[in-house]
Amino acid sequence: MFQDVSQRADRATVSITIDGVIHQVPEGYTVAAALLATGRNASRSTLVSGQSRGPYCLMGVCYECLVEVDGIPNRQGCMTEVRDGMAIRRQQGVGVVGQATEQQEVGDGR
Amino acid sequence: MDADLAIVGAGPAGMAAAVQARQLGLSVVLLDEQPRAGGQIYRNIERPALRDRAILGPDYYAGAQLAEAFRDSGCRHISGATVWQITPEGQLFYSSEGASASLNCRHVLIASGAQERPMPIPGWTLPGVMTAGAAQILLKNPGLAAQDAVFAGSGPLLYLIVWQYLQAGIRVKAVLDTMPAGNYRSALRQLGGALRGRHYLIKGLKLFREIKRAGIPFIRGVTELEALGDSGSGVSQVRYRAKGRQALIDTRQLFLHQGVVPNVNLAMASGCEHRWNDRQLCWTPKLDPWGQSSQSHISIAGDGSGIGGAVAAALRGRLAVQQIACLLGRQTAAQRDASSRQWRRQLQRELAFRPFLDTLYRPTEPFRKPVREEVMVCRCEEVTLGDIRAAAAQGCMGPNQLKSFTRCGMGPCQGRQCGLTVSELMAELNQQPVEDSGYYRLRAPVKPLNLGELATLADPAATIDQETANEH
Ligand SMILES: Cc1cc2nc3c(=O)[nH]c(=O)nc-3n(C[C@H](O)[C@H](O)[C@H](O)COP(=O)(O)OP(=O)(O)OC[C@H]3O[C@@H](n4cnc5c(N)ncnc54)[C@H](O)[C@@H]3O)c2cc1C
Ligand code: FES
Repeated sequence: MFQDVSQRADRATVSITIDGVIHQVPEGYTVAAALLATGRNASRSTLVSGQSRGPYCLMGVCYECLVEVDGIPNRQGCMTEVRDGMAIRRQQGVGVVGQATEQQEVGDGR
Repeated sequence: MDADLAIVGAGPAGMAAAVQARQLGLSVVLLDEQPRAGGQIYRNIERPALRDRAILGPDYYAGAQLAEAFRDSGCRHISGATVWQITPEGQLFYSSEGASASLNCRHVLIASGAQERPMPIPGWTLPGVMTAGAAQILLKNPGLAAQDAVFAGSGPLLYLIVWQYLQAGIRVKAVLDTMPAGNYRSALRQLGGALRGRHYLIKGLKLFREIKRAGIPFIRGVTELEALGDSGSGVSQVRYRAKGRQALIDTRQLFLHQGVVPNVNLAMASGCEHRWNDRQLCWTPKLDPWGQSSQSHISIAGDGSGIGGAVAAALRGRLAVQQIACLLGRQTAAQRDASSRQWRRQLQRELAFRPFLDTLYRPTEPFRKPVREEVMVCRCEEVTLGDIRAAAAQGCMGPNQLKSFTRCGMGPCQGRQCGLTVSELMAELNQQPVEDSGYYRLRAPVKPLNLGELATLADPAATIDQETANEH
């Protein structure tokens, strides 16, 4: 479990929800950091086998941190900073299918 | 024309290049997908998250000066912007906050840096298994660390991050070092270069001494690694083999690392030719001494042009700009050469140390090419080593064909986490040199976009409002 070592108790916080649960996290957290700091090591489950996956690289290269942010799926949690009132949902299995297909039509690197 | 020069990446290479280009009178726009300047080494340097500066150490805070010079340079900085295409005409497309836009520039400098080399061990897809770089990223912003983690792999960056964890007062469960003892002997042949970089050696040795003094288990000669656990709750144990003996360690957090490799997707998709670099075991762009790529309007600098470290990255950024200013008619070749001489000497000194590091920390084959059939090679599409072997047995000739056989490399990361593994695996399976086996053929967009983002390009009213884009 990740803990805060910043020694900055003075940081302003914002209020977000993760899968409907309200959390206060300091400003400047990425969505992926917010998941980890609240004890969630998984951000999504895979299309093919339904395995859980969690943030892996935190720098935008692995796409394991894809989450739904304010209703928009497939946002990179490690590249998105939290905002007051943000609603984050971890992406579950089949919920992803339609979006992933749409993504692959335009961006699969073929 | 929006600017003379567009730079992709606000790490040391991109920032130094921007400052230099402004001094030479060029109009410059720099784009980076991070919310703030700094790149990897100086991530978040303008708003450090940690009160205690001893944790990250002076090499991190040294970046503040460059970031400030960049801020004051008059370069237009578009942050939070992912560049996904550079056309042959010099048009550059990017997306920001879910909308896409484009810029026209006379020349583009790609300074997109490095990523960590994939380390496909059994269980590396379990939640709780991350890269060591990810551990450091969380320290730099927002200041998070995990107690009782295991760090596994090798390389200077791994030891630096372990040291930073210890500075933060975080307990480290163990370091599992995969560097084979034999690498010492081969590296000694590069001793001449090593001595030219002795200040780095001295720093490295000091770091090792302090890690030792902390008394954490430091296990050398690790030849096998496996993360155990279940997909629901994540990693719970690490199994390793060292000196022929197997052992288990309980942990909820495993950080892997075996060096960094150039980020090649944007350059490759823009048509820049690349070669297999056997010393650094990665693809590097074909460049002239000024960083000019095989595309006349694209130069490449920094770790994206071959791993050289932060100091070399900044020098390469400046040198590339000297030539770009010359190409754009802002200075003569004689002026270019006169201002570059000293940087070139410094760069040679910096790079002299690399062969020693590359040889010493050359990752061994079993950690580059998995051995067990069930190991996931392509994380996105869940393609295992067994699937790849089966495809080769059915006549699959190379990485690009492997996509149609297995979908390997076709997920959202576009091969960033499997490409190097697949290059080496396919070469081995088809008994070819890696250079001939090749890499995935990459096309723009280099990051997945949804249709809505593309629609903003077609509908100017929906395009990013230049005033409201995250500019500084
Ligand atoms: C996770 C990580 C941590 C590291 N930490 C250290 C360290 O502590 N000390 C050290 O000496 N070395 C470190 N390194 C090594 C590092 O590569 C170099 O030291 C240095 O950062 C290289 O500088 P650069 O300017 O070439 O690239 P970088 O500093 O990597 O900067 C590249 C920038 O380009 C941006 N970018 C990439 N692609 C795009 C795109 N398509 N669109 C928009 N922006 C893009 C990235 O967001 C990034 O900010 C680290 C490397 C990694 C991967
Ligand atoms: S954690 Fe790898 S892309 Fe976000």
